[in-house]
Amino acid sequence: MSGLIKSSIARKVVMALSGLFLVIFLVLHVTINLASVVSPDFFNEASHFMGYNPLVQYLMQPILIIGVIVHFVMGFGLELQNKRARGISYVKYSGAANAPWVSRNMIYSGLVILAFLGLHFYDFWVHEMTYKYIEMNPENPTRYYAETVEKFAPFWRTIIYVISFVLLSLHLWHGFSSSFQSMGVNNKYTPAIKSFTKIFAVVVPLAFVFIALYHHLNPITH
Amino acid sequence: MKLYLKIWRQKDAETKGQIVDYTLDGVEGDMSFLEMLDILNEELVSKGEEPVEFDHDCREGICGTCSLQINGEPHGPDRLITTCQLHMRKFNDGDTIVIEPFRAKAFPVIKDLIVDRSSFDRIQQAGGFISVNTSGNTVDANAIPIPKEDADKAMDAATCIGCGACVAACKNASAMLFTSAKVSQFALLPQGQVEAADRVQNMVRQMDLEGFGNCTNTGACEVECPKGISLENIARMNREYLSATTKG
Repeated sequence: MSGLIKSSIARKVVMALSGLFLVIFLVLHVTINLASVVSPDFFNEASHFMGYNPLVQYLMQPILIIGVIVHFVMGFGLELQNKRARGISYVKYSGAANAPWVSRNMIYSGLVILAFLGLHFYDFWVHEMTYKYIEMNPENPTRYYAETVEKFAPFWRTIIYVISFVLLSLHLWHGFSSSFQSMGVNNKYTPAIKSFTKIFAVVVPLAFVFIALYHHLNPITH
Repeated sequence: MKLYLKIWRQKDAETKGQIVDYTLDGVEGDMSFLEMLDILNEELVSKGEEPVEFDHDCREGICGTCSLQINGEPHGPDRLITTCQLHMRKFNDGDTIVIEPFRAKAFPVIKDLIVDRSSFDRIQQAGGFISVNTSGNTVDANAIPIPKEDADKAMDAATCIGCGACVAACKNASAMLFTSAKVSQFALLPQGQVEAADRVQNMVRQMDLEGFGNCTNTGACEVECPKGISLENIARMNREYLSATTKG
């Protein structure tokens, strides 16, 4: 088992598993967010449940944060190791001749997503923690919709979110199906996995873009 | 045709190398890339200059010895061929061609365009074999029934000539395609089962020790491989490795 921890294959499997875990989280996230467009009341209910359910707060949330950290730290470590493995750089390297741009630049799409997560955490998570544990405000199950819509009022934030979702799409375009290959799945189902990956990589980020633009264009007027 | 060559020249492993420009006239389209370099070297020798050192042996795409990075791609712009099988008709009069050695920390340059690929030998020695009793009572391999599909896949994997194009093409200088081909050719056959768990663990361990990078599934190796070794082999090696390691 000690060999497993140190090996390049095991590290790739950790990247794949943490990535797939984050993909599942994305599905949950986009589903709840879509509710903010369809039914503000349901969105409030779901957000309140997520914000105050002990299982979500004290088990799922830490697991999610660990998942993000593992995926980022491992990805960054692998990238550094990969750079070292080349040694001297080529004078001419035609990467585009044999591999798509998205697959060769996962570190850059990943870094943009990470930077976005910093803003996203500041916008929502830090706000939540401050509201609940520092300001010790009472529970208010109807505040979430207004708070979310308000966040998308500034044009600059909406644009940053939209750009980040485009990079998320590129990251998923390669990463989702790639994770199956890393775990040893390459069989008759692989073409279907690749097709599903392309649909998923477009539909989910597009839904996030739609939500951000919808709230920016439909502010709450008092 | 007239070509402008930019070739990596390096005196030895310890000396820093650099790109040197050459102009070569009279190149014919039906010459192979290595024949073009032969002509350049004849010119250099006649002028009393040091010829460009490059690896070559069979010159028919079998041995895996030739190993040039040509205009940013291992074995040049054509597909499913080695450098010795690349014809100059793939280039045009007046073209500039950048010729470099395969680059990887695990493939140190020996001189000019020649790299030391003995790291591949060490990976192979770590487990790329089966132990067979050859003391006179050897069982004919054909006596064991093997499904046609398995035999075909094993043969496909075994066509790897160990040239190192996969490492050269990979942005991470990963040797996963080579190692997985060598693992697969045994993993698919009954003769390879006895040592399967040790084989994959030892070969992957050696691959990591040599300082190759990690596979990020870009697929560049598969595209540039002169023998068309498939990424399916990497997935198979991953399965074999995870199965062997988790079972202890």
